[in-house]
Amino acid sequence: MNVVAQIGSVFLAFLEAAGRLSLFALNAVSHIVRPPWYPRLILRQLVDIGYYSLPVVALTTLFSGMVLALQSYTGFARFSAESAVANVVVLSMTRELAPVLAGLMVAGRIGASMAAEIGTMRVTEQIDALTTLSTNPMKYLVAPRILAGITMLPVLVFVGDIIGVLGGYLVSVYKLGFNPDNYVRQTLEFVEFNDVFSGLVKAAAFGFIVTLMGCYHGYNSRGGAQGVGVATTNAVVSAAILILVTNYIITELFFAR
Amino acid sequence: MTDAPSAPNSRTPAPPQGDPDDAIMSSMPVAQGGTPKIAVRDLHKAFGAKQVLRGVDLDVADGESVVVIGGSGTGKSVLLKCILGILTPDRGSIKIDGVEVVGMRHRDREAIAAKFGMLFQGGALFDSLPVWENVAFGLIQAKRMPRRQAREAAIENLAAVGLGPEVADLSPAELSGGMQKRVSLARAIATRPEIIFFDEPTTGLDPIMSDVINDLIVACVHELGATALSITHDMASARKIAHRIAMLHQGRIVWAGPVADIDASGNPYVDQFIHGRAEGPIQMQVRRD
Repeated sequence: MNVVAQIGSVFLAFLEAAGRLSLFALNAVSHIVRPPWYPRLILRQLVDIGYYSLPVVALTTLFSGMVLALQSYTGFARFSAESAVANVVVLSMTRELAPVLAGLMVAGRIGASMAAEIGTMRVTEQIDALTTLSTNPMKYLVAPRILAGITMLPVLVFVGDIIGVLGGYLVSVYKLGFNPDNYVRQTLEFVEFNDVFSGLVKAAAFGFIVTLMGCYHGYNSRGGAQGVGVATTNAVVSAAILILVTNYIITELFFAR
Repeated sequence: MTDAPSAPNSRTPAPPQGDPDDAIMSSMPVAQGGTPKIAVRDLHKAFGAKQVLRGVDLDVADGESVVVIGGSGTGKSVLLKCILGILTPDRGSIKIDGVEVVGMRHRDREAIAAKFGMLFQGGALFDSLPVWENVAFGLIQAKRMPRRQAREAAIENLAAVGLGPEVADLSPAELSGGMQKRVSLARAIATRPEIIFFDEPTTGLDPIMSDVINDLIVACVHELGATALSITHDMASARKIAHRIAMLHQGRIVWAGPVADIDASGNPYVDQFIHGRAEGPIQMQVRRD
């Protein structure tokens, strides 16, 4: 096969995969808005994604805020701009770090777990069993997870924003000797609604991506334990890449001049 | 259960020495009488280049128990999944109670699926739910039965398969293989289905537990007055639960007839299969295509 044919073959395979994923996503979204709904399952997913991811998101954003304060102080001290630390911390946390880090951490925790669980259900015929029990697997398995992802990621990111800024505050005040009142005032004066809102929009998009990838790869897994392992890896890797790409696109939409 | 109607071509003549497909094509198992409960016609299904079903024709009469036998990879599970709506056939017709289900809208399909019960080969129990919720799943989700009432119904169904209420709150992972099959059977019959499908019901069980499961299948199907379609390669199981046996080979039914006739079928495929001989017209596939 010549090079052009190989490139064409890869491109067609990519288009096919993109089309299949798009149809899956549309199908899942259509089941979110159409009854019947499963409140118990939705609640379980809300708790699993929101409550149980809180420690990992809190730790990640706390230390990121602390490192950010320390690094920006070191850098800004070279041209006597130490006072900008509070501004840099709040802006970076709300716009970028909290949503991206929370998205990536949740992709590792929730995306992998969803792909493994649904993948195991696929290879052990549990998904087929749902169909024979007059239950639509997309509605029962996929829709509650995606709805919970879209809902809970913004909540996690909002909490992550606060904890990240708190991390910056702790380092700035207790290590670098900033005035506490000035730091808080500067943070509150500098942050705008759009900074936080853009981060929450990103979080909702990342929640959709993480849960969609987890469900999609799990739902289409094949071939036993190895297939489930491949699905889990693919779910995390594809979610991480899509999060970074989507992050740039949303940043462009919000802040490009 | 009613006596099984005999297939018009139940005794397939010995195949000619030439193309074995000629022998395959010469058999068509069709139940006689009124509208069949399940009617499959010219069913084709391929996965990529691999043609699995090549024109299956099969009728199952109301109240009849038909067992489809055949080696691994001959398309038995694919046939079952096409009838259940889990797979979409490429060509052909499947009628349930005279209603065409191929190409049916999803919502209408769910109404048809409400007539079905299914026992999966591996049990396919939901490991995130306790035993009672597995059994009551169809009652809670499809029939909207209150959970308390569904739990009571689940315990009654567990009793019907010889399990006590103490297993109701266990996780499926805590059960032995035989108990999982029983729970799966209890789930299959919980919604009082009109048609029950059994996919390799005795695979992985010891001979005694296999016989227990066979007895339970016969008893449950009889009590419900249900139609049963099973697939298996366990001849002891097939002889026990079937009124009529159909043999699937290379995606086609090559013989069908009453269970009493199987030892005198005169069909070399059936003879080789039921006697478990390595030599014969069936060449075993050693790898998946």
